[in-house]
Amino acid sequence: MSTEDTPAADLVKEKKREAIFSKKNIQTLRDPLDDTNPITVQVLGICSALAVTVQVMPALIMSLGVIFVIAFSNLIISLLRHTIPNRIRIIVQLIVVALLVTLVDQFLKAFMFDVSKKLSVFVGLIITNCIVMGRLEAFALSQKPWPAFLDGIGNGVGYGLILIVVAIFREFFGAGAILGYQIVPQAAYDMGYVNNGLMVLPPAALFVIGIYIWWQRSRNKKLVNVS
Amino acid sequence: MHQTLPLLRDGTYCPIPEPNCRESVKPIQRVIDSVKPHFKKGGKLEKFHPAFDALETFLFVPGHTTEQGVHIRDAMDLKRTMFLVIVALIPTLLFGMWNVGYQHYLAYGMQTTLMENFLFGFQKVMPIVIVSYAVGLGVEFIFAILRGHQVSEGYLVTGMLIPLTLPVTIPLWMVALSAIFCTVLGKEIFGGTGMNFMNPALLARAFLFFAFPAYMSGDIWTDLSPEPGHALVDAYSGATNLVAFDVDYTQMSSVSDMFWGFEQGSIGETSVFACLIGALILILSGVGSWKIIVSSCLGVVGMGLLMNVLAPADIPTHAMHTPAYYHLLVGSFAFGAVYMATDPVSAAHTETGKWIYGILIGVFTVILRIFNPAYPEAVMLSILLMNVFAPLIDHLVIEQHIKKRIKRA
Repeated sequence: MSTEDTPAADLVKEKKREAIFSKKNIQTLRDPLDDTNPITVQVLGICSALAVTVQVMPALIMSLGVIFVIAFSNLIISLLRHTIPNRIRIIVQLIVVALLVTLVDQFLKAFMFDVSKKLSVFVGLIITNCIVMGRLEAFALSQKPWPAFLDGIGNGVGYGLILIVVAIFREFFGAGAILGYQIVPQAAYDMGYVNNGLMVLPPAALFVIGIYIWWQRSRNKKLVNVS
Repeated sequence: MHQTLPLLRDGTYCPIPEPNCRESVKPIQRVIDSVKPHFKKGGKLEKFHPAFDALETFLFVPGHTTEQGVHIRDAMDLKRTMFLVIVALIPTLLFGMWNVGYQHYLAYGMQTTLMENFLFGFQKVMPIVIVSYAVGLGVEFIFAILRGHQVSEGYLVTGMLIPLTLPVTIPLWMVALSAIFCTVLGKEIFGGTGMNFMNPALLARAFLFFAFPAYMSGDIWTDLSPEPGHALVDAYSGATNLVAFDVDYTQMSSVSDMFWGFEQGSIGETSVFACLIGALILILSGVGSWKIIVSSCLGVVGMGLLMNVLAPADIPTHAMHTPAYYHLLVGSFAFGAVYMATDPVSAAHTETGKWIYGILIGVFTVILRIFNPAYPEAVMLSILLMNVFAPLIDHLVIEQHIKKRIKRA
């Protein structure tokens, strides 16, 4: 857990050339993992967190896809930021995001068809994922390419972290397995253990995310009055 | 200091200063008062103060007095209220125990006495009750000690309601899991007793219903532990009346069987008669709202009659033809309306709101029962649904009231 303060004013542009991994850049990368987590603090991207977390494998692939899309759309928009007219910026952003999402979708269809079928529409729906547009609007449009790229990676990983934690709980309690490998031994089933059917249903993801937020807030005092 | 200590009847001074001193004439109270200092701030058992406090205030009305001005504290506090609900639950519990035994021996075609039936049921039901209380209270104590607040009395009723809503064949670890779920996610997360917006006991049942569907529906309503020398009777069917209701309502048990409760079902739900005794206790003591009970019955009958009118004439066995009053008797409607819907925390609070809340519970119960055979236990779902809407109903009622007053002014 970081102990440094994050002044809100660090969006002010700096004239000096800064190091690639300066303190601020590291902060940009690390904050979304905990203090400004896109799912548990900003409460964005909930739909896909409910939909693709029944098993760990789809959640993992989905996270990688989202990391790729956020990072590169942040980078591209940040590179273009001086040339985009303000009034049509949303359309430009959408085109960039759509391009990247299509790339991910085609890649999955070509090389990982099974997972692609499981993720179904949710890959295509990355384009409507609030996190992507949110980071473009809030960060990439006003920042240099490198911090924007790091911010994209950070937010993608923050999103993926929650997805995988939720998926681990849901697959373990719902199917007794993780990544498809049976964890709960047959002996337990023989003794009367039963997989929890609720964990396979979407509401379970809300319960797990809720408990995660509870745990996170009781641990991270910075978040107590943020809402 | 010594002068302010009150003089007791036996000539000694009370060891505890006012206002916590009461004349210790009862032996239990004397024990409580003698160990009390250990649990005070600075005492060696301070950490367990919540546990001690829970026991003390459960046994006796707390000795707190108001500090400013003159107020009268009603002796009918939350613990006494909860205790009355427990008293009201006793008829259903006793009948449920007897019925567990009765159904068991009926399935094997054995002739048994009332006492044998009861003892068999007692043996089967008690473990569920004990597990429910032990686990739920354990969670409450952990939270009370961690957060330094008092152990809330809410679980007294919840712990009894959970077993009564479950089939007798439920594995004990599932009971424990549901008790943890409903205490943590149904109550503690919102701030404990009185802060929950849903009925915790129903939440526990809903959790089991969705998590372990195979253990909450189907042929699980009768304990079929083998009886040496006896085999299941040929005509045995493990289905409850709600299944017959969906397939062909004329196959349901007779009205008197359903009223007295000689049918299969969850432990406490079968007997409408026992629920009526409970309702009488709750209404006479003022703990449960008669408006909610009456209005939910009205909702059921009203919707049942509407269904009769709309029923397809060419399918005479369709569930929509069911006489409206059957809905009051079948399944757990009586139990839900009397003990669950009247929960003062999660129900509507305004008087008009209670009518709306109750009627909607009845209406949704009938709709879900008839049109969604996948969820036969419609009462549970409709009460939970209306729990969620209760604050909205209250809000609208109050808004309406304010508007009316403004117009009149």
